[in-house]
Amino acid sequence: MDGTNLPETATITLDVNGVDHEITVDTRSSLLDVLREHLDLIGAKKGCDHGQCGACTVLVDGRRINACLQLAVALHGSSITTVEGLADGDGLHPIQRAFIEHDAFQCGYCTPGQLCSAVGVLAEAAAGWPSVVTQDLSATPALDGDEIRERMSGNLCRCGAYVNIVAAIGEVAE
Amino acid sequence: MRPFVYERAEEARSAVAAVADRPDAMYLGGGTNLVDLMRLGVAEPARLVDVSRLPYDTVGVRPDGALRIGAAVRNSDLAAHPAVRRAHPLLAQALLAGASGQVRNMATVGGNLLQRTRCAYFQDITKPCNKRNPGSGCPAREGDHRNLAIIGHSEACVATHPSDMAVALAALDAVVHLEGRDGPRTLPLTELYRLPGDDPRRDTVLDPADLITEVTVPALSFGGRSHYRKVRDRASFAFAVVSVAAALDVAGGVVRDCRIAFGAIAPVPWRARRAEEALRGAPATEDAFAAAARAELGQARPLRDNAFKVPLARNLLVRTLTELVVA
Repeated sequence: MDGTNLPETATITLDVNGVDHEITVDTRSSLLDVLREHLDLIGAKKGCDHGQCGACTVLVDGRRINACLQLAVALHGSSITTVEGLADGDGLHPIQRAFIEHDAFQCGYCTPGQLCSAVGVLAEAAAGWPSVVTQDLSATPALDGDEIRERMSGNLCRCGAYVNIVAAIGEVAE
Repeated sequence: MRPFVYERAEEARSAVAAVADRPDAMYLGGGTNLVDLMRLGVAEPARLVDVSRLPYDTVGVRPDGALRIGAAVRNSDLAAHPAVRRAHPLLAQALLAGASGQVRNMATVGGNLLQRTRCAYFQDITKPCNKRNPGSGCPAREGDHRNLAIIGHSEACVATHPSDMAVALAALDAVVHLEGRDGPRTLPLTELYRLPGDDPRRDTVLDPADLITEVTVPALSFGGRSHYRKVRDRASFAFAVVSVAAALDVAGGVVRDCRIAFGAIAPVPWRARRAEEALRGAPATEDAFAAAARAELGQARPLRDNAFKVPLARNLLVRTLTELVVA
C-alpha cells in the first residue's frame, strides 16, 4: 500500500473483561478507540488523547496503561480489564465502593480511569514497587497520602476531587 | 495519521532486515512517544516493526555485579528491580521521576533512550523547526525557550533531551548494545547521542536500522551512594527543568571518585566530566562542590529566558553532593 492513503487492517484477538473477541482493526486504531467504537465499552474516556490526563486508563495483563497511546494491533493475545470489568456481577470492586463512600468524584468523567489506575496502584504496591517519593528504596513502601498522590499523578481530575480520591484509595490500601 | 503496515518482529536479525531497506519504516517499542508523534503528524512511518516482544525483556546481574538490561524491559520493571534499587539507586530514582505510572508500564528502555525532544516547536507541524524540517528555522531561539538548552546547543537547534533514565545511565558509564546492518556492536551511551551542530535532524549516531537490544551498566563500588534529583514545574508527571544524577565516593573528607550528569540543560544527557575532574582529590565541602559546578557550567551559553538554569543546575549539584556526603 506504500504511497497510497488506504487504511491497513489486521485481525487480532483480545480478551476483554473475560470475553474473547476477534476483531479486525485499522492498524492506526488505539486500544481506546477499539474499546469504545468496536466493543461499545465506553467507560474508558478520551480526554487528551496524548497520555497526559489518564481518563483512558485500563489494565492490560493486570498493568495500568494509557489506552490512548496503545496501538490495538500491538496487543494481539492480551487480556484487557476496563472499568466495566472491575465489578464481580452486582458486587462492586472494593475501590468502587470506596469511591462512592468517600464521594471521590463529581462529574465522573475521569472516574473510570481513576478507578483502573487505583487498581493498578494497589497491585504495584502489593508487589513492593517503590515510587519517587519512597525514602528507603530497599523497604516495601506503605501507601500513605504522599505515596498515593505521587502514584496517581497520571490521572487528572478537573473537578478537583483529589482529596477524596486519595482517601478512598487509602482506605482500600489498609 | 498516515496508514501504516504493522509487523511484529520475531527476532532481532529479521527486525533489522525489515527496517534496513525501507526509509519509511520505524521500530515500535512501547509507543508512548512514537504513537503520539504520529498522531501529531511529526512522525509518518509507512511501516512499524514492533520490537516490544523480542526476547530482550529481562534484567540480569553478571558475576562482576554489572547489570544487563534488555531493551524491551519496561521502565517500571527496571525501576522496581532489587539489584537496581540496591546498587544503583540513582537509576531507580531517575526512572521513577519520569512520566506517570501508566506510561512507565508501557515505555521500554530502548524507546526511552530514543525518545524525541518535547520542544513545543518540534511537536507542532505548523511551526518551523530545523530538527523536523531542515532549513526551516528555529523559532525557539527568539520564542519560548525557557525550558530549552543552556549548553551544547547550536544556532540551528536549542532543544533538550527529555529522558531522565538516560541521565542516570550517562553518569553510570552504561554501554548500549546494538544489532545493525553489519551485525552486533556496542557503543558507550555518552557516544550514542550527538550534538545538533548544523544538522539537528538526528539525535543519535544510529543508523535507522540499528536496533538497541540491551544496555549494560558496569558495577560501581560507590553506586549505592548515589542520587537523582529532578526540578520540575509541578510535583509529579512533568519533564525536568534541570536534573542531576550523581554518585560520590568520599574517604576522610576527600572526594576519591564521583560520577555526575545533568539532564534538561543540553541536547544530550550531559555527562559533567569537567566537574568530576575538578572534584577528584578535592575536599568534600560545599565550596569544592560549587567550584566543580562552575568548572562545568562555565561553558554554558544560556538563551534570553533560561539563564536561571545556570544557578539552578549549580545549586542542584551542590545540594545533591552535600546530601550524599551526609548519607
